[in-house]
Amino acid sequence: MKRFILRRVGYALLSLVVLSATIFVFVRLTGDPSVLLVEPGASKADIDAIRADLGLDRPLLVQYALFVKGLLKADFGRSFYYRTPVLELYLERLPNSLMLAVVAMAFSLVIGIPSGIIAAMRVNSGWDGAGKVFALLGLSMPSFWVGLLMILFFSVYLGWLPSSGSGTPLHILMPAFALGWYFAAAHMRLTRSSMLEVLGSEYIKLARLKGLPETLVICKHAFKNALIPVLTLAGINLVLMINVAVVVETVFAWPGVGRLFYEGIAFRDFPVVQTSIILSGTMIVAVNLAVDLLYAVIDPRIRYER
Amino acid sequence: MNGSRAAALTVAWRLASFRSRLEGLPAFPIVILGTLALLAIFADFIAPHDPQVGLLGERFRPPAWQAGGSTAHLLGTDHVGRDVLSRLIFGARISMTVGFTAVIFAGVVGTTLGILAGYLGGWVDQVIMRVTDAWLALPALTFAIFLAAIVGPSASNIVIIMALVYWTRYARVVRGEVLSLKERDYVRLAIVAGCSKRTIMKRHILPNVVNSSIVLATLMLGVVIVTEAALSFLGVGVPPPQPAWGLMLADGKKGLMAGYWWLTVLPGLCIMLMVLSANLLGDWLRVKLDPQLRQL
Repeated sequence: MKRFILRRVGYALLSLVVLSATIFVFVRLTGDPSVLLVEPGASKADIDAIRADLGLDRPLLVQYALFVKGLLKADFGRSFYYRTPVLELYLERLPNSLMLAVVAMAFSLVIGIPSGIIAAMRVNSGWDGAGKVFALLGLSMPSFWVGLLMILFFSVYLGWLPSSGSGTPLHILMPAFALGWYFAAAHMRLTRSSMLEVLGSEYIKLARLKGLPETLVICKHAFKNALIPVLTLAGINLVLMINVAVVVETVFAWPGVGRLFYEGIAFRDFPVVQTSIILSGTMIVAVNLAVDLLYAVIDPRIRYER
Repeated sequence: MNGSRAAALTVAWRLASFRSRLEGLPAFPIVILGTLALLAIFADFIAPHDPQVGLLGERFRPPAWQAGGSTAHLLGTDHVGRDVLSRLIFGARISMTVGFTAVIFAGVVGTTLGILAGYLGGWVDQVIMRVTDAWLALPALTFAIFLAAIVGPSASNIVIIMALVYWTRYARVVRGEVLSLKERDYVRLAIVAGCSKRTIMKRHILPNVVNSSIVLATLMLGVVIVTEAALSFLGVGVPPPQPAWGLMLADGKKGLMAGYWWLTVLPGLCIMLMVLSANLLGDWLRVKLDPQLRQL
């Protein structure tokens, strides 16, 4: 077990090294990074100061070490636009992103789980077919387009919901639905297949032999076990949602970390862009690690697999 | 003489087996993708107007069937008076080119690395797979946006970025296949016959993993097209005034609150149809070409 944990933590660290190295290399590939790091309209002296600060005249490896050292000290620099430390900005926006992700997750589970169960109960029926079409559409309609269509329908034609911004509970409905849409399809697919697997198992046969009504078999016996993989995926997806919400947040002007990232790009605010990608990557690597370890605790077979 | 006859027979046999493989080909995705491909190739002849130049006097014209629309602009015009239909047609060219080249590019890189890792094993395998795992752990869309923002918007940069972000999925699958392939008797025979590692990988392994790569590539096509649209929508993808569908959606936002629905609905519909077709075709190919991959 100890070896397994060490191994997985090692992989996670390696992921972070690859992430930081890629960012480092790309920033330098495209020319002089001091141009990116300096504020637009800065003087020659400012540029030279940044260049000395980054150690651009020193060997690449030394530069990389300096870069990593800065990251480890959580020193992400200051935003050009807001003139405050980037980390503060990010943490300020994070609760908004989390709220959006939680509501989006609720949408995706409320849609995905029941439809997945119905599809599994009536395999190859009209319901199952409808479910398949829904899953395909979910995977084929880009979330930002879903968002734009909703604005068109609910804000412009019906005038029921605010088209952008935040503040009231009504503001969160459309972005959350647009974000949850894609995940609803994924959750539906997984619920269906996991339910089918559980329904084929011995203890369900026994429950049926006992003469339990089908609703009870499904709701009481199959439901709980079928839900385990779905909830695991939902846990991973929650973190993923925070990080893929960039486009949806942009469409609805939702003040989350995705919007911050986009503003960073739009305003050429490089420290914000770089920090966003680093933190987002770290978050995802951490969640993958947590899931791996959790699985190893639950299922001993994984521990011994090399 | 004999040789060429044998070759002709092989070709005939291959054609026959190819034809039998095409049985049950789903019509919907083929029709959609075929139409889009034709539009993309012959865009210059089909499109009624220049996609990049508009008349400011013709701004926000609705589609022909709505009040105020005219047959000169069948699907209306956008915020600078460019013809939407023409832009959609030329947009097909951009989506198709970016989608296919990115998928092929990623496929070549990923398949090559997957074969090398799987066949050579040892430290080569370790290095390649560790990098693959590390890469897979990163958020693809955010990473693509980041790279695009740094290297600057252009269609060719997008292709390179997509290849960089998505090659890992091929490497994973292909390596797994190679691991089982290299234990097969014909590979052992080839080793005994004195083939070099290079020859074995090229002549004996590669043809057997190509199917999986093609299936993956088809499924990835949808992902790549959505990513490209998202990048263009955010302004870090294909640069304006080129008529990329994602870019059209971004422009369409300007007329959204005024209810100019065609600028939002139509480009998205094109993206959806293309992605849907790619997914349907990929699912069909997966079952048809590679029964082993069904469990994936």
